[in-house]
Amino acid sequence: MSASELIRSSAASMAAKLAAGEVTSVELVQAHLDRIAEVDGGERGVHAFLHVNAEEALAVAADVDARRAAGEELHELAGVPIAIKDLIVTKGQPTTAGSKILEGWMSPYDATVIKKIRAARMPMLGKTNLDEFAMGSSTEHSAYGPTRNPWDLDRIPGGSGGGSAAAVAAFEAPLALGTDTGGSIRQPGAVTGTVGVKPTYGAVSRYGAIAMASSLDQIGPVSRTVLDSALLQEVIGGHDPFDSTSLTDPSTGLADAARIGNVKGMKIGVIKELHGEGFQPGVENRFNESLELLRNAGAEIVEVSCPNFGYALGAYYLIMPSEASSNLAKFDGVRFGSRTLPAEGPLTIERVMGATRAAGFGDEVKRRIILGTYALSAGYYDAYYGSAQKVRTLIQRDFDAAFAQADVLISPTSPVTAFKLGEKLDDPLAMYLNDIATIPANMAGVPGLTLPGGLADEDGLPVGIQFLAPAREDARLYRVGAVLESLLEEQWGGPVLDKAPALASTAAKEAN
Amino acid sequence: MSVDTILSFEEAMEKYDPVLGFEVHVELNTKTKMFSSAPNVFGDEPNSNVNEVCLGLPGVLPVVNKKAVESSILIGLALNCKIAEHCTFARKQYFYPDTPKNFQTSQYEDPICYDGWIDIELEDGTVFRVEIERAHMEEDAGKLTHMGGATGRIQGADFSLVDYNRSGVPLVEIVTKPIEGAGSRAPELAKAYVAAIREIVKNLGVSDAKMERGNVRCDANVSLRPYGQEKFGTRTETKNVNSLRAVENAVKFEIQRHAAVLDSGVLITQETRHWHEDTKSTTSGRPKSDADDYRYFPEPDLVPIVTSAAWVEELRATLPEPPAERRKRLQADWGYSDLEFRDVVNAGLMDQIEETVAAGATAAAARKWWMGEIARRAKLADVDPAELGVTPAVVVEIEKLIAAGSINDKLARKVLDGVLEGEGTPAEVVAKRGLAVVSDDGALQTAIDEALAAQPDVADKIRGGKVQAVGAIVGGVMKVTRGQADAARVRELILKTLGVEG
Repeated sequence: MSASELIRSSAASMAAKLAAGEVTSVELVQAHLDRIAEVDGGERGVHAFLHVNAEEALAVAADVDARRAAGEELHELAGVPIAIKDLIVTKGQPTTAGSKILEGWMSPYDATVIKKIRAARMPMLGKTNLDEFAMGSSTEHSAYGPTRNPWDLDRIPGGSGGGSAAAVAAFEAPLALGTDTGGSIRQPGAVTGTVGVKPTYGAVSRYGAIAMASSLDQIGPVSRTVLDSALLQEVIGGHDPFDSTSLTDPSTGLADAARIGNVKGMKIGVIKELHGEGFQPGVENRFNESLELLRNAGAEIVEVSCPNFGYALGAYYLIMPSEASSNLAKFDGVRFGSRTLPAEGPLTIERVMGATRAAGFGDEVKRRIILGTYALSAGYYDAYYGSAQKVRTLIQRDFDAAFAQADVLISPTSPVTAFKLGEKLDDPLAMYLNDIATIPANMAGVPGLTLPGGLADEDGLPVGIQFLAPAREDARLYRVGAVLESLLEEQWGGPVLDKAPALASTAAKEAN
Repeated sequence: MSVDTILSFEEAMEKYDPVLGFEVHVELNTKTKMFSSAPNVFGDEPNSNVNEVCLGLPGVLPVVNKKAVESSILIGLALNCKIAEHCTFARKQYFYPDTPKNFQTSQYEDPICYDGWIDIELEDGTVFRVEIERAHMEEDAGKLTHMGGATGRIQGADFSLVDYNRSGVPLVEIVTKPIEGAGSRAPELAKAYVAAIREIVKNLGVSDAKMERGNVRCDANVSLRPYGQEKFGTRTETKNVNSLRAVENAVKFEIQRHAAVLDSGVLITQETRHWHEDTKSTTSGRPKSDADDYRYFPEPDLVPIVTSAAWVEELRATLPEPPAERRKRLQADWGYSDLEFRDVVNAGLMDQIEETVAAGATAAAARKWWMGEIARRAKLADVDPAELGVTPAVVVEIEKLIAAGSINDKLARKVLDGVLEGEGTPAEVVAKRGLAVVSDDGALQTAIDEALAAQPDVADKIRGGKVQAVGAIVGGVMKVTRGQADAARVRELILKTLGVEG
């Protein structure tokens, strides 16, 4: 098998080839490093990676190969490489959160998910690009330049986890870690034709994920197939004593659920409020097609109403910035990260903190800090933060009612396909609307999965289909997701990414 | 620094009715910090007892220390508080470099302990009930040291050093309700209240309770109002008054200062004040109003603490003997009169005497040393006797040296000098300073013979049966030996020399 064929395999199939001795982990890692070198750099590169961790990745791969040769029993995904969203702290690699304020910072500790990745002996290819502190839906808010969508290099890869999604879509990595606060795993998945899962809140430890909004943030898998995400969630999930909000449930049975292979008798609820008006026609068409396939496969399609979802975006943009304004207070240049001195005047601590934050944070981060600071201020707290928390309770009740009628819910993941770079940069509200369908899951803590639903008729760009399940029922997502995936691929004659244009090599340009 | 005009305390008391309020911070002595596994140890190399959590590095999350919660509940129970069945943490947000996250994780709306009381016994036996509003859990900040300035304060400093060893140390903040009706006993009550809190947390074993180390820190609120007025006057909050005497003095000073300000027709500025031990006065800190906006909101990284009745009762069963009952028992054990015992309590020396007795001294000897020589020196040095630097072990060792005849009382005082000057243990001081009594009978006999020769009349009187006259000869011998003789042995030898039965 050629290197270019190898990197297009699923993680599960790479794992099988490693186990069968058809390929070594060093070969596999090198193939991905070569791909990164070929398509990631340069002005027209994908720019999914902020840091490439070649040396350590190859060393881990060589170690896996040696252990396998020695007959050691290894984790199923041992030797399969992975990319890490640069919001997750890693020893030995810089962690920037896409911000100038953390430029050059090296974490002295590993996030819990990184410890698990290391324990499974998965080589880490590097750190992927994101909107600064995961704030955005296009990766254009990265202080290190935007990531490009492999389907069309002039378009956004979604955000905040555009780097992880684009890396997987461009075959620079078979797997990646993302974080999802309001859709940062799922919306990039939708617009790049990849799979991404936001697990149940607490199913995966947040320890070591640089917090944006603590009550909404969740780490999850990014991949090209549903089964691959299930395998990865099994690696990273489970209880962590370092995260007080971590659930005690074991992280098992997810891959098994993805292998069940039928949805007969499953009740799938279509959320009335999350399709139709405001959704691009091509998105709507692909969504209806998926419903038809599921119905034909024996699922019962029912309509459910979640009337309070209409308030979700507004409440989200109070709770998220409130928590973010607090979580980002620690970035002051005193103990770590970059420090900027005021251009003139006395060097007092307040002025140095102020100059550091003025220079270190980008506009979107400042916008949210200001919004959150205001929402938590005395005299406004009840009207803003307090009311938003009440809306959150109403959204949770809507979910409870909906899940009384259906086993899982379904909606388009994003109302639109990938838009042009720069198109919505000056219109924050238009940008925020990209997450209209993904935000309710974060507000309620329930799990959500996106998978490719095909290409929109009008622009030929990927459309995402989202499934939502009750809290701690992540397995249902993998079961129904894998079935829809196979029905669609049967129809298309192969994965949707087969239809993506080939990426020109940018390596020569980079060498200049 | 401008000097404030103050009224005499008596005049202030004639015109105004003081209202007090205290916030006492107690550092818990748990092995690890409030929200991280970093060690909670005092006095180590700066920034050595830290990890990523208490340094507030990116990505970290807090985990509540169960032992600290239990200690907090114990404090609440000892203060007759109700224990919340369900309580949460909140973030108190402000930018300051001693607070690594730029917010302090604390409790806000729902403290773990609330609605309690404690009876405070004043020096003359008057009992005054202080109502407790709440006792809540929080984390300590790091310690800042401002360098280069004259005052040690941030103003005028060239730079500041920060030690995060203290960052995240578990604290319980005990807040009183406004204390009315103390009148002229207010300064005394202030001291007695803080002493009582210190005694309780020490007795519970939940804090080292050393004020000089900041284990117990008091912020004292004072306001004055004309007698008969119901509405409270504007208060000031004197921060970090860190000894019992300072609490008393600071409250007294603020009463006197407020009275002078009010008398001049000016309003009191609501502000924090700083206590200065050297000038026995306060100076203005930063303006503080009830509108200080800390943007409190529920800590999203922690789940609520749920206290089951069974857990609380299990903890209640472990409560030690309450201090008031302990005092009754100790007085009986030691055989002190009411007056003697009250003096001991007021001097803050009960623990020292208990430890001294436990280490082998008699109750009388322990009292003699602590209430006598040590208290006298503490007064001279203007510190609390317990904080002078003498330990119960030193007292016991000195007593043993006396009992063994190695030193006498007079030499013992010199030994104490040596110990306080850092020359080592009493035995080491005796050796270094050559303070051992002259017990060489040959040397003593020479001195005795000389003394008898110098006072032949006295010698005759003794021979004639007036044994009590021997004191004059003993005195002569002690003078010659510069006090380094065992007086009892000298007396024995004199009588033997004169052939008289003692």
